[in-house]
Amino acid sequence: MYGSAYIDPNTKFDGYLAPGEDPAQLAEFEARIAAGDKIEPRDWMPALYRKQLIRMIEQHAHSEIIGSLPEGTWITRAPGFRRKLALMAKVQDEVGHAQLLYNAAETLGKSREDMVNDLLTGKSKYSNVFNYPAVTWADSAVIAWLIDAAAIVNQLANSKGSYGPYSRALDRICAEESFHLKYGHDNVVFLATGTPKQRQMVQEALNRWWEPIMHFFGPPDSASQHTEVLMRWKVKMDTNDNMRQTFLNMYVPKIWDLGLSVPDTELRKNEETGKWEYTEPNWETFKQVINGNGPCNAERLAVRRMAEEKGRWVRRAILKENTEYATPLS
Amino acid sequence: MEMTERHVMGLIELLYKMADDQLIIGHRNSEWTGLGPILEEDIAFSSMAQDKIGQSLALFELLHELGEQDPDTVAFTRNAEQFHCCQLVEAPIGEFNFSIVRQYLFDQAEALRFEMLMASVYEPLAMVSRKFRGEIKYHVMHGKTWIKQLAEGNEESHQRMQEALNEVWPLALGIFEEGDYEKEISEVNIFAGEAALKSRWMETVVPFLESCGLNIPQSDAVTGGRHGQHSPYLQPLLDEMCEVFRIDPNAEW
Repeated sequence: MYGSAYIDPNTKFDGYLAPGEDPAQLAEFEARIAAGDKIEPRDWMPALYRKQLIRMIEQHAHSEIIGSLPEGTWITRAPGFRRKLALMAKVQDEVGHAQLLYNAAETLGKSREDMVNDLLTGKSKYSNVFNYPAVTWADSAVIAWLIDAAAIVNQLANSKGSYGPYSRALDRICAEESFHLKYGHDNVVFLATGTPKQRQMVQEALNRWWEPIMHFFGPPDSASQHTEVLMRWKVKMDTNDNMRQTFLNMYVPKIWDLGLSVPDTELRKNEETGKWEYTEPNWETFKQVINGNGPCNAERLAVRRMAEEKGRWVRRAILKENTEYATPLS
Repeated sequence: MEMTERHVMGLIELLYKMADDQLIIGHRNSEWTGLGPILEEDIAFSSMAQDKIGQSLALFELLHELGEQDPDTVAFTRNAEQFHCCQLVEAPIGEFNFSIVRQYLFDQAEALRFEMLMASVYEPLAMVSRKFRGEIKYHVMHGKTWIKQLAEGNEESHQRMQEALNEVWPLALGIFEEGDYEKEISEVNIFAGEAALKSRWMETVVPFLESCGLNIPQSDAVTGGRHGQHSPYLQPLLDEMCEVFRIDPNAEW
């Protein structure tokens, strides 16, 4: 799943160059990016570039591992062999993505352990959608279809980014996500065309997930200088609003095709502008959830903390100190 | 020797216990997804779980060919007393030491079982056993690697492994609880039987565990599972597993 290039507008950078950084090197760096080169772990890069990438990749990795929790609870309940096997493989993929992504972030100089610690203390964020509960089996289907679809929109854009290990990891991730999306769609089709009870389950799940999905791409972009430089450095590849439009354009017709409705009476495509019009989701709720006040924030972190604590003796027994991982898996 | 009705009943009993074991251990192993001590273990336990569930499906399909109901119905609608799994597979995942010792002891038994079944006169079972043996080889390697590393890791991990072995051992001996048709299935060479399997297992696991510095506990087998007597853990597991399916067993999911 689930990257999100959301940039916290309160982030403070002291200019684009850190003290001691050479403007000539910056010019060379920017020329390489403009020419479509990939930046590799041992290449020179501005501290701001490194910092923003670590934050983005780390958030993405956390989102994969936390995202495995709401869906993971349905592995043990999946109805029938076919769904059980498929959901196990799907959630396993998500954990595998976390592994790839932590590794990509490690190539920038932050250890997996430090990243996990920052997740547990709340210093580092993960995608907001995973702070909502997957109430029924149908929620897991809607997540697999539409959240993964939203993630693909975001990740396809970011896979064209300038940092080599992240961009290659995203290529692999997108290939797997496209299977998840097919799995999720197939699952939703069975529910939407099934018994009245199944149809009701899936409609209710869609109603619950619509606002988190609209939140997924982040608030409308402010025209900040940070956004501009990060887009020039190909760290952020598209605006939040553009990605939201792409998603709506691809998936709202498919939702309607299944006879399902979207809980927004204003949602329609304006044929003149080619843009989708919709009710702005409540961005205050978004902020509240990011800041830890969503329905499942505490539970998600508590589960992660428990897993970390229970596994500590294992890691202590096997991990070699001072091991560095500078070679990217992708 | 000609196959009689009792031979077929013995074959069905064998397939049921194997299929149920695989289904329940697969279900338990999948519970590590998202909770492992390191990410790589979430992934490893999920892989093994997928193999197990796939193996149980293949075995339920063999049962279906012998006239039993379809795999989904059999797996998702029975109650605990209708299951034939051993109590080892029912226990919750517990801590990692419990899960890893269970995983090794169970999979080593299964690896040997499949090896023996490759020579079964019941050709469909011999065929799936050849396939499963290729998969389970890696499960055994996984278990052995971890047990060795943790038993020889540090004082704490060694102690935890010994504690887990003490806990798992009597449950593991329950794998070999005999069924009602041991004589029948061995006399026609469907399967050489639980006693033969157990002695091969002992010859394999005891030297390995001892080489890791672990002591083999002296304890009696926990039995009953093969005859429908289960630990208190099985029915809640089944309630959870069947929760969605039972909303409407006739619906297509």
